[in-house]
Amino acid sequence: MSPAIVEVRNVSRRFAPTPSIGERIAGLFGAYVENRTVHAVDRVSLDIASGEVLGLVGESGCGKSTLGRVIAGIHPPSDGEAFIHGEPVMGGQRRRVKTTTRVQMIFQDPFGSLDPRFRIGATIAEGPIAHGLIRRAEARAEVARWLSAVGLPADAADRFPHQFSGGQRQRIAIARALAMQPDILVCDEPVASLDVSIQAQIINLFLKLRRELNLTMLFISHDLGVIRHICDRVAIMYLGRIVELGRTEDIYTRPAHHYTRALLDSVPKLVTTGDDLVSFRPISGELPSPLAPPPGCHFHLRCPAADARCRSEAPDLRDLADGRRAACHHPLIDDRT
Amino acid sequence: MSGPLLVVDGLTTEFPTRAGIVRAVREVSFHVEAGEILGLVGESGSGKSVTGFSILGLIDPPGRITGGSVRLAGRELVGLPARDLRAMRGREIAMVFQDPAATLNPVLRIGDQMALAIHAHETVGAAAARARVAEVLTLVGIPDAARRLDAYPHQFSGGMRQRVAIATALLNRPKLIICDEPTTALDVSVQAQILTEMRALARDTGTALIWISHDLATVSSLASRIIVMYAGRVIEEGPIRQVLSAPRHPYTRGLLDSLPAKAVAGKDLMQIPGAPPSMLALPPGCAFAPRCLRADAACDAEPTPTVAGDRRWRCHHPHAEPTS
Repeated sequence: MSPAIVEVRNVSRRFAPTPSIGERIAGLFGAYVENRTVHAVDRVSLDIASGEVLGLVGESGCGKSTLGRVIAGIHPPSDGEAFIHGEPVMGGQRRRVKTTTRVQMIFQDPFGSLDPRFRIGATIAEGPIAHGLIRRAEARAEVARWLSAVGLPADAADRFPHQFSGGQRQRIAIARALAMQPDILVCDEPVASLDVSIQAQIINLFLKLRRELNLTMLFISHDLGVIRHICDRVAIMYLGRIVELGRTEDIYTRPAHHYTRALLDSVPKLVTTGDDLVSFRPISGELPSPLAPPPGCHFHLRCPAADARCRSEAPDLRDLADGRRAACHHPLIDDRT
Repeated sequence: MSGPLLVVDGLTTEFPTRAGIVRAVREVSFHVEAGEILGLVGESGSGKSVTGFSILGLIDPPGRITGGSVRLAGRELVGLPARDLRAMRGREIAMVFQDPAATLNPVLRIGDQMALAIHAHETVGAAAARARVAEVLTLVGIPDAARRLDAYPHQFSGGMRQRVAIATALLNRPKLIICDEPTTALDVSVQAQILTEMRALARDTGTALIWISHDLATVSSLASRIIVMYAGRVIEEGPIRQVLSAPRHPYTRGLLDSLPAKAVAGKDLMQIPGAPPSMLALPPGCAFAPRCLRADAACDAEPTPTVAGDRRWRCHHPHAEPTS
């Protein structure tokens, strides 16, 4: 395997609201103050190899976007560190700031992620000029190059975001990220807000760019079909923790974690023949609140295989057969032999 | 009574805008049988939601229904006075919207706001209304419903709120519920639970459903018939298995082929070129022609619907019938 470009080591990210003045006074007098800290990401470690596309899957609130933002240098981690080429993504001592341009991000909403008052050319050229990657005189040619890479005409540079459709705007957002010549692209639900026919076009664009530029990507999505199509490896998250990690085909055909299997089973499949309508099987129960995750394995309340150990002891992510890793006391595939 | 429950015939809905008149729904015709689940599929802007709103008379001025008719059990709904429409909504046809957070009133307790839906249509005592509310909440899978009547919407999760919205739609035992993307905002695990419950509900209560969605897979595991809309028109209709296994319209075929599930992982997906047309500048003739690989000069003229058995499509160059 190629060397890892991205190394995430034991990263946690907590969000705590600032206590109100009343709560602070009550706390001084020893009154009970409710703990409202959300453990969005809880001690996560993973590597992304050069040229690899790693999928990050989970339901809303599982911490997948937060992890993506830690890797992209938007949120500093509360504990642990994310590295790109061995260098921390975030530098600075008291106030932590992103110190690398080697990672860029593409967001879900192509309407919110482009400045409506900037012409497309200015949007794409702003970053590379500010960071000294290109000179102002080269900007026009550079912008045209990246616009053509994402399948837009060069004259798009003189127009404003409102003159483009959702799919075209997502192409612009991709061009903007690529113009920084990143080593890794963090894509947070880049096709979720697009219509089916446009979704296929953008997925094909990612596949093409990957072939041509040997892109390394972290691809965050809740759509298991999209993930299966473009990712080499997949990490499944549940309530802040990675519960399973492995090669895409292995995970889809032989999931090791009970949550992975339940998630795969709950997706409706396209049924084109037969009278039997049942193409999916729901998971019982609800996602617990990330404010108060259950003790032990976070999934034990909804897991068919849970026993006393699962209720008290949180399983570590450990190696199973075929290079698979899962955090489960009772995995569905064999332990490493 | 015989005949279909709902007959929509030539329905046209227009919205005047500064840039011109948008005909969001163009001569749409279909029917719904009692107890049937009908899937209504299309991309954003195809007119699927406006069709749902038009049936209920929920088109806000300056938008209006400019043609066609909607008959529920033989009774014409287009042109009914607002009073009569209000009496009909919720009682005979109910609607479930995409965003449960926006459907529920945040400052009213769940039990109280659901009871309002009962009191709007009949005179019942508070205790009786409360009992009926608890009963329907149990029906949609809310555990310990009687105790949760005094909770506020913010104390419920997204999936639970959507269950409350569905329960509210069921309160007056309507003959038809129009569901507008009711699971789109939910996680897959919650979506699976709600789909399972809706299917059982439709079967047990005999309520017909119009299930509006952009997701073919979801519709395929729920509906018995499907309608595909594009640029305001119904372009294909038929029994769901037949349409999905052998689509006649190139757009339906294109949608199916562009799903990742249909492709080999890592290989390019089949894609429909281009983007849906602006509803302000529709191409003459077939609206799909500019994106269609089968289009030729004939497509400059609007295709008329072709009917074959219980299937219907609107195309000059449909895909061939499968040889069996």
